[in-house]
Amino acid sequence: MEIFSNMLIYFVIIPILTLGGLALTKNKGIDAIRAVAVTGATALVALALYLVYVFLKARASGVTDVMLFQQSVMWYAPLNIKLALGVDGVSVVMILLSAFIVFAGVFASWKMDPLPKQFFLWFFLLSTGVFGFFISIDLFTMFMFYEVALIPMYLLIGVWGSGNKNYSAMKLTLMLMGGSAFLMLGIIGIYFHSSATPGVHTMNILEIAQYNAIPHNWQMFLFPMTFVGFGVLGAMFPFHTWSPDGHASAPTAVSMLHAGVLMKLGGYGCFRIAIYLMPFAAQQLGWIFLTLTGISIVYGAFSACVQTDLKYINAYSSVSHCGMVLFAILMFNTTAMTGAVLQMLSHGLMTALFFALIGMIYGRTHTRDIREMGGLMHIMPYLGVGYVIAGFASLGLPGLSGFVAEMTIFVGSFEHQDMFHRVLTIAATTSIVITAVYILRVVGKLLYGAVQDEHHRTLTDADGTERIATATLIICVAIIGCFPNFFINIIRDSFTPVVEALTSVM
Amino acid sequence: MDYSQFLMMPQEIGLLVVFLLVFLYDTFMPAKTLKGLPLFATIVFGLFTIFSFFPVEEGMSFGDMFESNKATWAMKNILNIGMFIVLLQSVKWANSDFVAIRRGEFYELMLLTLFGMYLMISGRHFLVFVIGLETASLPLATLVAFEKKYYESHEAAAKYVLTAVFSSAIMLLGLSFVYGITGTLYFNEIASSIQGENSLLLIVALAFLISGVGYKLSLVPFHLWTADVYQGAPTMVTSYLSVISKGSAAFAFFVILVQAFGAAYAPIWEWMLYAIIIITITVGNLFAIRQRNLKRFLAFSSISQAGYIMLGVISANAVGMASMMYYILVYIFSNLAAFGVIAVIERYTGKVTTDDYNGLFKTNPWLAFVMMLAMFSLGGIPPFAGFFSKFFIFLGAAQTGNVAIYVLVLIALINTIISLYYYLLVVKAMFIRQDECVIPALKSHWTEKAGLWICTLGILLIGLISCIYTGLSNITSSLSDVFSMI
Repeated sequence: MEIFSNMLIYFVIIPILTLGGLALTKNKGIDAIRAVAVTGATALVALALYLVYVFLKARASGVTDVMLFQQSVMWYAPLNIKLALGVDGVSVVMILLSAFIVFAGVFASWKMDPLPKQFFLWFFLLSTGVFGFFISIDLFTMFMFYEVALIPMYLLIGVWGSGNKNYSAMKLTLMLMGGSAFLMLGIIGIYFHSSATPGVHTMNILEIAQYNAIPHNWQMFLFPMTFVGFGVLGAMFPFHTWSPDGHASAPTAVSMLHAGVLMKLGGYGCFRIAIYLMPFAAQQLGWIFLTLTGISIVYGAFSACVQTDLKYINAYSSVSHCGMVLFAILMFNTTAMTGAVLQMLSHGLMTALFFALIGMIYGRTHTRDIREMGGLMHIMPYLGVGYVIAGFASLGLPGLSGFVAEMTIFVGSFEHQDMFHRVLTIAATTSIVITAVYILRVVGKLLYGAVQDEHHRTLTDADGTERIATATLIICVAIIGCFPNFFINIIRDSFTPVVEALTSVM
Repeated sequence: MDYSQFLMMPQEIGLLVVFLLVFLYDTFMPAKTLKGLPLFATIVFGLFTIFSFFPVEEGMSFGDMFESNKATWAMKNILNIGMFIVLLQSVKWANSDFVAIRRGEFYELMLLTLFGMYLMISGRHFLVFVIGLETASLPLATLVAFEKKYYESHEAAAKYVLTAVFSSAIMLLGLSFVYGITGTLYFNEIASSIQGENSLLLIVALAFLISGVGYKLSLVPFHLWTADVYQGAPTMVTSYLSVISKGSAAFAFFVILVQAFGAAYAPIWEWMLYAIIIITITVGNLFAIRQRNLKRFLAFSSISQAGYIMLGVISANAVGMASMMYYILVYIFSNLAAFGVIAVIERYTGKVTTDDYNGLFKTNPWLAFVMMLAMFSLGGIPPFAGFFSKFFIFLGAAQTGNVAIYVLVLIALINTIISLYYYLLVVKAMFIRQDECVIPALKSHWTEKAGLWICTLGILLIGLISCIYTGLSNITSSLSDVFSMI
């Protein structure tokens, strides 16, 4: 089994082993469950850091392949479906992000009740899907892992969620699976047009890109399918409606993982499959989606301004920020795409931080309505400061991750000479101001001012595990903000093939 | 007569031997040992299932009326596996009161219908096919009426037998047209003599034939019997009807359409099938949403599943055929898992509605888990087998390459979302609504457990282990001469 010599496969094997370990624990043995979950999550973080190290070392030593650590094992020979692994810079940082969020998510759900064992089982099944998606370069396996990551959401929200959870869980699952129905058709179409030689079909992304044989009229049909398929997960307007409801009902760790990682699957998929494999249609139809994502950015920000539920505010803010990711990807130049990946990282970490903090505040006050809270800074300074930091990252304060990402995106977007792109860019930049409005509104209302409920004075600040969860994320946000070059170095080379493909069809 | 022809049908002969053994046991063993009959039949059939995996001699026999090749061999094995699971799950039920007195008949009739299905699969002459179809249909009506103390069981049997007879009559009328035009009932001779023939009568005949087989597959609009029969029949018979009977008909349908009508009339039946698939999948799904009785629910779900199976037929190529057989195999495991759970719960508590399943996970985590796997697999969720079979059957259909088929695949895909909704409703009842627990903790019999275990392993492994699909694909691609006519 030569596949096991490849380190990438362990990103899938570790969660599966964790699943096995969890299955062996007893329902009541909460300590054992926690121990297994933490071990699994820590191993993932360690492996992700090691991957970054070897990746950088390989790039430094002059390896210029599009994908590194490639390996492919035949799976379904008659259909030429392989288990093909490989990573480029974008996947590496996505894996790193996922590992950190899984790690923080485990700590954020430390006191999960009821059924902690089942919770962690679904949680790690979801992580298996996420990691599998990022390490695959074969459309079939990618799609399979993508769906593996989606379905646990239903039970995670349905069983452990709050509020109108049945409705939200069903809506989220059906909308995302609806997206993946379009995606499946797109993948089947790509497969059958992957090569100009009759009878030769492949699912391998690199081979498809190399053959570059998808006829233009088919691209015009398949590109919208794939882009919408992933766009639903990326909360693209008008397919974003699952996101606020889903986030509002999901338990903390699930919101973290969902906003932090799952929504990135959408952006990553649009970049890796829709645009890379079908550059012609991307050039032709890009403007439609660019307009839609522009609407997402501004509309999401405005919606966040009028919400009173903390989770809804963040969910709409996610719509806005994820819109920015897709927006930047559709700008088709290296700078904007770099910004898009930085924004994925930044948004992933800071939204996870937000949701973790909201979960902790909710766990104490039992309300998420900002009108019923106030002056929490005096009562829980640690959480309060964390919230302010997350807020600053979100509105783009220099030194934190949001600034780097948004700056790069807008500079990259403005590189376009034509009126259409520039007007859209200017419209999108207004979201920075609107973001400041809703962030400062929440911070002012929630943390400062008079204490609204005398009962809140008795509440405690964050405890040990909660501090670990939030501190991990805050440090990551600051690191990206202060040392963006480190990440840009990793992802820099990944855009060359995509941008080349796009310019070749101009 | 050349007796070596019998060498081509070891599976049929083996099945007859099983039947005879069961029959002899039932007739001649002392009454107090009859309690062991269900287990005896199951074990013998299990041995036969293993035996039938030995490769068969390929070729035509009995005046070219009977074909034995790798595809028929594989299809019969797939049915055998399903049949074995059904028999295993019905051991305890067959010994329960009211049924015990007739348990011998149950096994004998089941085995006979399976024999009929073998003939449907291997027949290359419409006479053999019709004999097989009737052998497979009429005893099933008796089986449907098996729990004769229930009114519903009688009603179901009456409906089943009337529909069966009516659709057989229509099909036979169609076949008589075919005979009138071509003067033969051999598939390959029909194929060569309708080449260039352009007659309206033949199209009518084709439509009649499709409606005759369509009833067996419960394709819309020939599905009206399905829900009532599934609900009224004993659960074991329902599960048998929904997977084995359907699987064999689908395979025979494929062979007939491709071999007899593929040469000249492929575009015509493809369009007929195109319309049928769309309404079958959609109607099945939409009606399933409203069902509260799980057996009715699975009836409509299996109607829409039949529509998906037909995607393999419409593709009419080697990938489609392999995908269809694979789909049937996966469908057997998934549906039998669902019916297995329903049967266990129904037998101990008599409860069959979705609301009764509220909080099942709390009291019976293992049954709830199996049911969830079955629902996810039917809904096409990875990493369970149903995902792979759905993907491959879409792949097979899309291989034909025209845009109309892509539209069909898109409609089918959108329908998977609808189906996911109602499959998730069952999962929701079991896992999410844990405040009320209607069903107490149950202790199922070891045979039922074994049946569910086999299904669970099947659902978990068939997709991830690629060798089964690869094997089926190698078999169907070796039949390339069949598809060259299209």
